[in-house]
Amino acid sequence: MLKTVILIGGPSKGTRFRPLSLDMPKPLFPIAGFPMIYHHIEAASKIANMKEIILIGSYQPSKELTGFISSMQQDFKVIVRYLQEYTTTLGTAGGMYHFRDQILSGDPDLFFVMNADVCGDFPLQDMLNFHRSIGNTPHFTILATEATRQQSINYGCIVENKDTHQVTHYVEKPSTFVSTLISCGIYVFSPEIFEYIGIAFKRLQEDITFDVDATLQNRAVIRMEQDIFARELMGSGLLYVYQTSKFWSQVKSAGAAVYANRHYLNIYHRTHPEWLSKNDKDKPNVIGDVYIHPTAIVHPTATLGPNVTISKNVQIGAGVRIRESIILQGAVIQDHCCILYSIVGWTSFVGEWTRIEGTPNDPNPNKPFAKLDIADLFQPDGRLSPSITVIGSNVHIPPEIIVLNSIVLPDKDLERSYKNQIIL
Amino acid sequence: MKALILVGGYGTRLRPLTLTRPKPLIEFANKPMLMHQIEALVDAGVRHIILAVSYNAEMLMKELKAEEERLSIKITMSHEKDPLGTAGPLALAKEVLCQDEEPFFVLNSDVICDFPFKSMIAFHRNHGKEGTIVVTKVSEPSKYGVVVYSPENGQIDRFVEKPQEYVGNKINAGMYIFNPSILSRIQLRPTSIEKEVFPAMASSGNLYAMELSGFWMDVGQPKDFLTGMCLYLNDVKHKTPERLYKGEAAVGNVLVDPSVRIGSNCRIGPDVTIGPDVVIEDGACIKRCTILRGSVIKSHAWLNSCIIGWRCRVGQWARMENVTVLGEDVIVKDELYINGGSVLPHKEISESVQDPRIIM
Repeated sequence: MLKTVILIGGPSKGTRFRPLSLDMPKPLFPIAGFPMIYHHIEAASKIANMKEIILIGSYQPSKELTGFISSMQQDFKVIVRYLQEYTTTLGTAGGMYHFRDQILSGDPDLFFVMNADVCGDFPLQDMLNFHRSIGNTPHFTILATEATRQQSINYGCIVENKDTHQVTHYVEKPSTFVSTLISCGIYVFSPEIFEYIGIAFKRLQEDITFDVDATLQNRAVIRMEQDIFARELMGSGLLYVYQTSKFWSQVKSAGAAVYANRHYLNIYHRTHPEWLSKNDKDKPNVIGDVYIHPTAIVHPTATLGPNVTISKNVQIGAGVRIRESIILQGAVIQDHCCILYSIVGWTSFVGEWTRIEGTPNDPNPNKPFAKLDIADLFQPDGRLSPSITVIGSNVHIPPEIIVLNSIVLPDKDLERSYKNQIIL
Repeated sequence: MKALILVGGYGTRLRPLTLTRPKPLIEFANKPMLMHQIEALVDAGVRHIILAVSYNAEMLMKELKAEEERLSIKITMSHEKDPLGTAGPLALAKEVLCQDEEPFFVLNSDVICDFPFKSMIAFHRNHGKEGTIVVTKVSEPSKYGVVVYSPENGQIDRFVEKPQEYVGNKINAGMYIFNPSILSRIQLRPTSIEKEVFPAMASSGNLYAMELSGFWMDVGQPKDFLTGMCLYLNDVKHKTPERLYKGEAAVGNVLVDPSVRIGSNCRIGPDVTIGPDVVIEDGACIKRCTILRGSVIKSHAWLNSCIIGWRCRVGQWARMENVTVLGEDVIVKDELYINGGSVLPHKEISESVQDPRIIM
């Protein structure tokens, strides 16, 4: 039987996703109408014999998290559990090692590991088939994809033996170019992985007895990428790579969420065509891919899309135009508004004729395999870089103003227009 | 009586509008700027208007022919081929102006106000001297030429151009009455009336100031054109409120030509003038704007402080503000944001303009 581990991180991680992550754990942030890790769980549950999905992270259990987990069990008929790390960071491998008994209970043959902050059209079955085709002896597979030369150094770089598909070299975020093949943060492991993590763990314990500066927390930090792939497993011939050209992206910032929203909506054509809105009498005008939650109230004279998600209980007034945006649960958008490249937060209110506009940071269309730019928040001259406009939760925006390339923190009452600013 | 209107040159400060139409013919509150002045002059008894132009104004003359007939007056051009300054044009028109002994008006063509031409005639006759200048009170006099005069009889003491210290708050409003004898002071060469002619007249006690009551504006550039429009509409509200638009969409003072079509759920005003054959589609919000003939404002657009030229098309959900000026026949595509854009004629805009600039 098989299991899946999803590493969901904690509140101290994913700060680039603020202010959206101030009110909700990032893994639960909805993309294309469903929480980020819903898409991971859906993909995993489709694998035959997938018996259990284990979420590992350091979030405190909350109503949202427990509610999400139970609805996942219902929807996908698979056991879903949350294991909370109590020390702040054990590292991507350390956390798994800590819970190895639970992961290995029931003797799974293999298990997937997925990072929560990536999104994509996960080719899990193909990856599993590849992994099995190597043979029955213990080995490990990394899902990889192609990137541009310049962008590859922001990821885990893999050098592949083209004949055997073994990883001959792995380095995480190198400072100089190594390879355009990058890790997607999705792995298939046989249970023997824990032996190697165990070796790294012991080595770590031994090393630090000589290091008087090491804090208690640093002692157990084992990172899968730097410590296991790049050290323990390097040259072992046990690490393999499976390359995919399907859609894949990291989701570090709000801009990435809008980008992922577009791609997941596109995937619905194949997986859930009934979720995409259609034009109809008395229905709003829909252009391209649009998801509208059944409880949302949208005026028929509104024009939505392409690439728009309208969440639960949202109200959209007459003559509203929304394009390339995500409107989160309970938001109210009044008549004649124009919302472009933005995320409008939970229960926020946008007055009549207001314009909310962001700037997309899409990958360079002229470069094959280009990924989203991981742009700095500020430009060298101190100005805010133009990006997706994010309106936090419970924000009140008056009529007839413009909010351009700005980030508004939750519970704020705006009184005038803002451009290129963070509004605290 | 006669009047000389200093029309001047190409009106470059009101570009891009003046690229396709002579400045005197640009419609202010739905009537050509020049006609505001001409009609008020005719009302005060003027029968011959001389337009001092510094370019070939054939187009202007052709359009004014109809007005000549309608008002039963004579309109002639005085064409200065070389620049003559602010006083030279008077010398150029000397023959006509000196045809009789009657005083004549001289106006700056960019002035819009509650024209006091009748009062000017009475005031001028009363003091019996050579010249009368209308002055108006402003809040920032240092931007202009300040007139210092005696409050009892209006006799002008001196002029101070752009004073660095406060000397007074009355400035030259650009409207004068002169006796023909003034022409002996002006030679046919580039002459500044403020610097060369007026000081001499003032020192001999021949120049008097008449205070203007009511609104005044030099509408020669877009920002002031819009401010002047607001002042004018406010004046209409007090004098002839029946001219104002009272439709469902109206807010505040709005002037709308009868041929205009306005959709549902719009908000028009305060301070908007809309010219003939304009179409405003559903859900549009227009504030502090002038919209010239034949333009279309598409649905859900939001316009604040803009001048929309003739035959323009503003797209759906467009947002335009901050003294955006569209020249003739400009197309702004849907969903754009134009902040202080100055757009030349016949241009199609397909990208937002987030910071003020000129779009050629």
